[in-house]
Amino acid sequence: MHNFEFVKPASVADAVAALGRGEAQPLSGGQTLIPSMKARLNAPEILVSLTGITEMQGVSRDGDSLTIGAATTHATVARDAASDFPGLAALAGQIGDPAVRNRGTLGGSVANNDPSACYPAAVLGTGATIVTNTREIAADDFFQGMFTTALDEGEIITGVRFPIAQASAYAKFLQPASRFALTGVFVAKYASGVRVAVTGASENGVFRWAEAEAALSAQFDAEAVAGLSVSPHEMISDLHGTPEYRAHLVRVMNQRGVRAAS
Amino acid sequence: MPKDDGIGASSKRREDLRFLTGNGKYTDDINLRGQTYVHFLRSDLAHGRINSIDTAAAEAMPGVLKVFTAADFASAGGIPCGWQVTDRFGEVMQEPKHPILAEGKVRHVGDPIAAVVAETYEQARDAAEAIDLDIEELEPVVDMVKALAPGATKVHDDLTSNLCYDWGFVEDNKDAVNAAFESAAHVVSLELTNNRLVANPMEPRVAVGDYDPWNDSHTLYTTSQNPHVIRLLMGAFVLNIPEHKLRVVAPDVGGGFGSKIYHYAEEAFCTFAAKVLKRPVKWTSSRSEAFISDAHGRDHKTKIELALDADHNFMAIRTETYANMGAYLSTFAPSIPTWLHGTLMAGNYRTPLIYVNVKAVFTNTVPVDAYRGAGRPEATFQIERLVDKAARELGVDPIELRRKNFIKADQFPYQTPVAVVYDTGNYDATMDKMLELADYANFESRHAESAARGKLRGFGIAHYIEACGIAPSNLVGQLGARAGLYESASVRVNATGSISVYTGSHSHGQGHETTFAQVVAEMIGVDASSIEIHHGDTSNTPMGMGTYGSRSLAVGGSAIVKATNKVIDKAKKIAAHLLEAAPEDIELKDGKFSVAGTDKSVDWSGVTLAAYVPHNYPLEDLEPGLEETAFYDPSNFTFPSGAYGCEIELDPETGKIDILRFIAADDFGNIVNPMIVEGQVHGGLAQGIGQALLENCVYDDQGQLLSGSYMDYTMPRADDVRGFTVDHSCITPCTHNPLGVKGCGEAGAIGSPPAVVNAAIDALHRAGHTHVTHIDMPLTPSRVWAAMNR
Repeated sequence: MHNFEFVKPASVADAVAALGRGEAQPLSGGQTLIPSMKARLNAPEILVSLTGITEMQGVSRDGDSLTIGAATTHATVARDAASDFPGLAALAGQIGDPAVRNRGTLGGSVANNDPSACYPAAVLGTGATIVTNTREIAADDFFQGMFTTALDEGEIITGVRFPIAQASAYAKFLQPASRFALTGVFVAKYASGVRVAVTGASENGVFRWAEAEAALSAQFDAEAVAGLSVSPHEMISDLHGTPEYRAHLVRVMNQRGVRAAS
Repeated sequence: MPKDDGIGASSKRREDLRFLTGNGKYTDDINLRGQTYVHFLRSDLAHGRINSIDTAAAEAMPGVLKVFTAADFASAGGIPCGWQVTDRFGEVMQEPKHPILAEGKVRHVGDPIAAVVAETYEQARDAAEAIDLDIEELEPVVDMVKALAPGATKVHDDLTSNLCYDWGFVEDNKDAVNAAFESAAHVVSLELTNNRLVANPMEPRVAVGDYDPWNDSHTLYTTSQNPHVIRLLMGAFVLNIPEHKLRVVAPDVGGGFGSKIYHYAEEAFCTFAAKVLKRPVKWTSSRSEAFISDAHGRDHKTKIELALDADHNFMAIRTETYANMGAYLSTFAPSIPTWLHGTLMAGNYRTPLIYVNVKAVFTNTVPVDAYRGAGRPEATFQIERLVDKAARELGVDPIELRRKNFIKADQFPYQTPVAVVYDTGNYDATMDKMLELADYANFESRHAESAARGKLRGFGIAHYIEACGIAPSNLVGQLGARAGLYESASVRVNATGSISVYTGSHSHGQGHETTFAQVVAEMIGVDASSIEIHHGDTSNTPMGMGTYGSRSLAVGGSAIVKATNKVIDKAKKIAAHLLEAAPEDIELKDGKFSVAGTDKSVDWSGVTLAAYVPHNYPLEDLEPGLEETAFYDPSNFTFPSGAYGCEIELDPETGKIDILRFIAADDFGNIVNPMIVEGQVHGGLAQGIGQALLENCVYDDQGQLLSGSYMDYTMPRADDVRGFTVDHSCITPCTHNPLGVKGCGEAGAIGSPPAVVNAAIDALHRAGHTHVTHIDMPLTPSRVWAAMNR
């Protein structure tokens, strides 16, 4: 790891100011950034920690939505969201291992937009709103392909506002080595309809499966999607699964999610 | 019941107190005054020609003491290979030079090009980034079959091809084997891959070199399974340091699984550089570095065929195997696919004719050498997959086909057609025990219960044989070993009766400090707590060959027995003098010497004190003191065997396999510590199941390692291996070592892969997927699903 300067501001404003200096990068839980720095693949001059900012911490309910501070760890979400939004809490409780869950944060995961990460499926699958220091971004506009988001340079996610679903579940098929999602599907049922978001499968990152959403909105039953399929085109191919296998898992995990939510 | 801490007692492992409390002393815990740190700049290309290496900028970096390249090693030899295989035409294998740092070419990702020594590790890494390399990329050779094609790029320009050797065994049987296939009623064949693995011991490799200029002597602290072997290889062949000026210490070592047998370039580098710089030099491998610098395991491609007569008797086996050597020959690499593999191809069966062909191939990949089981898992996997496939094709019960062809209990000793003589075994007994423990009789009802839940249940069987207790030195010498394979022990009885045992074996997790003490305690009849086992330091242990091949108790333990018997013989003479009796009338029981038929006795400490305070002592006939050394060279291998049963449930929607039960019924001969044996089997099973379902070391066609971290290389986790039923009550003692023991360290990794794969195929066939006759390991969900939906 190369040397770097470390700052830990107490407010969003101070963090934004710190990020404006030189080659600075925000550091949240560090579950991706620190390993890449240790491997000398990344060498920021300044690391701006976001974990000392009180307004970016915690889970709070406001009517039909649950707002989670961007620097809230997965372990905290798994615990504190369990009664208000069990589907979301269960997803947080399946990320990584206990060490990862006690360091990794919602904002870090969403900003990184790893195509195999779990949180993007929940954010997109609930139609959540990403709140930054400058604006609010709808989930449908936020995720723009593998490791790519709508965030501008120096823009910080401060929180995410999740509409609470009537029923929801995340069905994750583990990549056996990393235990990221080989394919994970978040299913959420709202009065307005059902949303289905898929992570781990596509080269373009998290995506919504429109046919499944339509079928499940008409009938919230696993059998409603039994005959549907997604194309293996642009699905990820790696040591752990072919595009065809991932396309198949999208349907299987969607059905499992629906069964778990029913 | 066994006496406390004697043979047969499940004594708690005394070494675990320090291991479990973080107080073990590993090589990385050793920090010497004035210590420097080395970082190796390693190739990120699989194959390239080094045009130039400019180290000037790096040498000017803060803290840098020196940047070494191959030019600094002109006076040193290459890393030697310890085994020379002769091919089927009578020619010796092709043996390339293995330089400490790359000379002229880089030959695999991870090949060390330059070494930066600095005051701190981070300074060394920083400076390595300032080295200016001009390396011309060459076409890599990755696939073994393509590597042997005419005109293929050569890994080593000075060799005639990428073929290390083309070995035939037994070459004189070849025509008879072919004739048997011509006349066979049935021929069953199978093509399979034995997947490449990375050993991944918990402790990565570490080396600390130290030099004392006032005595011109060297010390190397290293993570080794065999410090004497390292001293011999490095001293005699690489750095030209005589033994009396070179001490090698392997302190606590956190697992090896074979990968810490070999002499590595980093060890020679640290020893050499410490003298150049007159300061200690330390290297600690990162986990990423381990993936590209520790020797890998397995990596065979095989076609195997079985000829059967009309009554389903096995007539002949014929195989053709490609074995990957990687870019250089690791210490014992050539022996693994040959003598540790071909000699096991009889398995547990009376197959009269066997011919094994092995082509060992150089590729632009990390060197491949022994990994837990080493050759024997490859043999067992072929045989046990093929016998299972034969049963399916013939429509007979796989258990009955095995039993029909088993070497029967009354046929031992049994001369196989592949050179070895099995001394003892009872394969029907272990099969019976496994089926009993598996509750195999009720499998059908469990299968139906799974089917009702939409899951496919299957039961897989494997029966294995292995050759352990490596090995008779005169025999392995004829086969090409450049070392003897005896073991040594010194038993030093101290004046007050406590005992210090110095073994040439090395413990890197096996529990020798406990087990060996139990053996000596049993023989003398003293408390095990009065016995200490020392290992790992060439300066105080007799020259020994170390720990691998499940040899420590069978060979190292036998050396301890021999030395202890010498001690007892002398002690009896001393006791006879003290008791005024004839030595042949002295009996030793429970730590007390007595004169047969009388009540005259002297206890152990009375004799030991007399030995060191020889006031009343037969000095004219007997030297003072009580300390003996013995070397034990086995007269044969030992042959553990066992029946393994694996019951799985397969999710047809995802292809995911869950192991519900795993039963291991082993015959390890006599058992010294049942708890430790059970632990050894558990560890072996975890690694075998890891190979079968999870682990895979994969290169792309450019020689880049795709599985270079735990993000992609799947190590078994606790929830992948949820519990085993382990039995070792079937005992046919080894006939040729004094303890009657056979060895247990590798069995789990040898017997389990075919049991797992056979279970998966069984589940699929029961569900009507009869087109799936084989799936290559690891049986990942994706592969299983693809096979089902082909």
